[in-house]
Amino acid sequence: MRVASSPPVTSAGSSPGGILSSGWFRPVRQYGEYVLGGATVIGMLVTIWAALIYSPREVNGDFQRIVYVHVPVAWVAFLAFFVVFCASILFLWRKDERWDRLAWASAEVGVIFTTLTLITGSLWGKAFWGAWWVWDARLTTTLILWFIYVAYLLLRSYTGRSPSGARAAAVLGIIGFIDVPIVYESVNWWNTLHPQQLVVEDQLPAQMLVALLIAVVTFTLLFAFLLIQLYKLYTLKAAAEELRARVESE
Amino acid sequence: MSAQTFSSPDIAVTPAPASQAVVTAASLTKRYGLRPVLRNVSFSLASGKTLALLGPNGAGKTTLLRLLATLAKPSAGEATICGFDVVADANVVRRLIGYVGHQPPVYDDLTGRENLLFFARMYGLPDGPARAQLLLERVGLRAKANDRVRTYSRGQAQRLALARGLLHHPALLLLDEPDTGLDDDAIELLHELLQERQMAGLTTIFTTHQLERGIQQSDETLVLLGGRVVFAGASSALTLADLRRLYGGQAGGTL
Amino acid sequence: MMASLQLFWQQTLAMLWKDIRCELRTRQVWGGMALFALLVLVVFNFAFDLRVNDKVAVAPGALWIAFVFASILGLGRTFAAELEHGSMDRLLICPVDRKAIYCAKLLGNMAFIGVVEIIAVPLFAAAYDLPVLTLGIIPIVLLGTLGIAAIGTLFSAIASNTRAREVLLPLLVFPLIIPVVIGAVRATQELVSPVGDGVPWLGLIIAFDVIFLSVSAVMFQYVVEE
Repeated sequence: MRVASSPPVTSAGSSPGGILSSGWFRPVRQYGEYVLGGATVIGMLVTIWAALIYSPREVNGDFQRIVYVHVPVAWVAFLAFFVVFCASILFLWRKDERWDRLAWASAEVGVIFTTLTLITGSLWGKAFWGAWWVWDARLTTTLILWFIYVAYLLLRSYTGRSPSGARAAAVLGIIGFIDVPIVYESVNWWNTLHPQQLVVEDQLPAQMLVALLIAVVTFTLLFAFLLIQLYKLYTLKAAAEELRARVESE
Repeated sequence: MSAQTFSSPDIAVTPAPASQAVVTAASLTKRYGLRPVLRNVSFSLASGKTLALLGPNGAGKTTLLRLLATLAKPSAGEATICGFDVVADANVVRRLIGYVGHQPPVYDDLTGRENLLFFARMYGLPDGPARAQLLLERVGLRAKANDRVRTYSRGQAQRLALARGLLHHPALLLLDEPDTGLDDDAIELLHELLQERQMAGLTTIFTTHQLERGIQQSDETLVLLGGRVVFAGASSALTLADLRRLYGGQAGGTL
Repeated sequence: MMASLQLFWQQTLAMLWKDIRCELRTRQVWGGMALFALLVLVVFNFAFDLRVNDKVAVAPGALWIAFVFASILGLGRTFAAELEHGSMDRLLICPVDRKAIYCAKLLGNMAFIGVVEIIAVPLFAAAYDLPVLTLGIIPIVLLGTLGIAAIGTLFSAIASNTRAREVLLPLLVFPLIIPVVIGAVRATQELVSPVGDGVPWLGLIIAFDVIFLSVSAVMFQYVVEE
C-alpha cells in the first residue's frame, strides 16, 4: 500500500540518469563517458607534444608556449559561463531542475578555469609586459567575471538546494553573462586614457595555429568530461535526498 | 483577456452564482523540495458554505490555504476559485479571495486607517476612504484607527487583519487559525463578525485547533492527515469522537 | 489596456508612498546613509590627500565610491520592512503585477540615494573646491543612480532571502555595476576638467540602465514568487 501510494516523484526528471537510463541509449550512457575520458587523455598527450615539440620556437622564447594552456583555458571559462546562461534561462522557463543542476555544475567548472586563466595570463604578462598584472580590458573583464561567478557559487552555498536559491542563482547566471560585454566595453574605453603596451598580434605561423586548435579541442573535451561528472554527482545527491525524504515521510 | 477585464479598477467582481462551486480542487499535490506536503487533495465548496479545515500540525492545512491564495504553486493537480485557475489566472483569483494567514497582513508602522487605504489603492478601489471607515467601525477599531498598528493588542491586530481581508469584498475568505493567541472576548467578537459575514453569503474556509468549535461553526469539514484527505463531508455527520479516532495517536489539536 | 496601465502606476505610487511613509516614521535608513556618505568623503580626503593638484583625477572617484557605499547601506534595507514578519505575503496577495513591486522599490531606493546625493554633492563641491555644481551633474548623478538601483533592488531581494545578506549584497552588486561606476566617474571628470576623450560615457550608462532595468523587472518575479 505504501509503495503504491507513494508520490510520483520518480519521474524521468528526478531519477538519476533521467531519460537516458533506459532503451537503446544505455550503451552510450554506460560507455560514453569512458570514451570521452579516454579521448581527453589522448588529446592531452597530443596537446603536450604539439605545444612543446611540434610548434616552432618563438622569437620571444619558450615562454610563449604558455598560450597553449592560456587560450584554451580562457575559451573553456567563457564557454562554461555561456552554458550557465543558457541553462539558467531554460530552468526559469521550463522549471526543470535538471537545467539548474547543469548550471551549477558548469559554474563550478567555469570558476576553476577562470582562475587558471587569470594565473596563466598573469605569468604571461610577467614574461612579456614585465608586470604580473595590467589593467587591460581582457584581463580586467576576466577578473570581474571571476568575481561575479564566485559570488554565484557563494549564493548557492548560502541558499543550499532550495527552489528559491535555484531561481536566485539562475537570475544571477543570466544577468552576470549579459553584463560581460558591457564590462569589457567600459574597461576598453576607460583604457583610452591609459595607453597600454599593445600586443600586436602578428600573423601566426600555421604550425602554431594547428597546435592551438588541438589544445582548444582537447580542453573542450576536458570541460565536457568534468561537466558530466559534476552533473552526475548533483543528480546522485538529489536522488539521495529524494530517498531520504521518502523514508522520512513514511 | 478576462484577466485584463478584471484588473481594471472600475469593474467590480461579482461573486459566482449560488449554484456554482466557489472552490474546486482536483488532485492537488504539493512538494517542498522532495517532501510531499499535500497528496491528491480533491474537494469542492459551494457558494455561501463554510468549510472547517482540520488536522494535526504538519497535516498540510496551511499549505492548502496558501495554494488557494496563490501564494504557493501546486506541484501537480489544479484548483479554481469561481472558475478561475489559481495559477493561470492568479491575479483574478487574488481579487476574489481575502486571506488572513499567520503573519499580520498589515504594516506595523502605518496606522490602521493608512493600512486599509493603502490596500484599497492596491486593489484599485474607487471608494477606499468610505470602505475603510465602515470596516474600522464594524470591527470596533474607530478609536484606534489613527494609531500605529505597532501599538495594537493581539486582538485588535487580528480584527484589523480581518478588516483588511474583507476590504475588497472577496467571494472567498481564507482564514488560517484566526483565533490563535486571542483571549476569549476577542474570539467571541471575531466569531460574531465572521458569522455575520457568513449570513451575508460569504464563502469561508478556516483552519483551527479548536476542534469542537470548528465542527460547530462550519457546514462542511475536511480533515487532513499527513497531506491526505481522511474525511470530507458535512460537519453534522462528524462527532468529536470520530475526530479523535481520525487523529489517532497523533499529537497536536486541542481535544 | 489604459486602465491596467493606470492601475499599474496607481499601485506603484501607493507602494512608494507606503515605503516613504514608513521610512519617515522610523528613520532607519536615510540619516545613516547620508552620514556614511559624508564620512567616506572625509576618509578619502586623508587617504588620497585631495588638496593637491591631482584632485581632479581623484575626487570624482571618491564621490562615486561614497555614493556606491552609501547606496549599498540603503539597498540592504529595501526589503527589511517588507520582511519584518518573515515573508512578502502582504504584497504578493494583492492583485499587483510583480513589475510594479519592483518599480516601487526601485523608485524608493532612488529617492533614498537621491536625498543623500543632494546633500553630498554641494558639500563635496565646497570641501574640494571643484566646479561640479552645474546642470551637467544632474543627468550623470540621476542615470548613475538609476543603474546602481536597478541592479541593487533586484539583488537586494535575492540577498534578503539568505542568512548572510549583509555580506552577500555587495559581493553580488559591486562586480555587476562596474560599468556604471566607470562611466559615472569619467563623466564627472569630464565635467570638472574636460579632457575630451571623445567617449560617450553618458551613453554607456544609458545603455546599461536600459538593459538592466528591463531584464531586472522581468527577473524580479522569479525572485519573489514561489
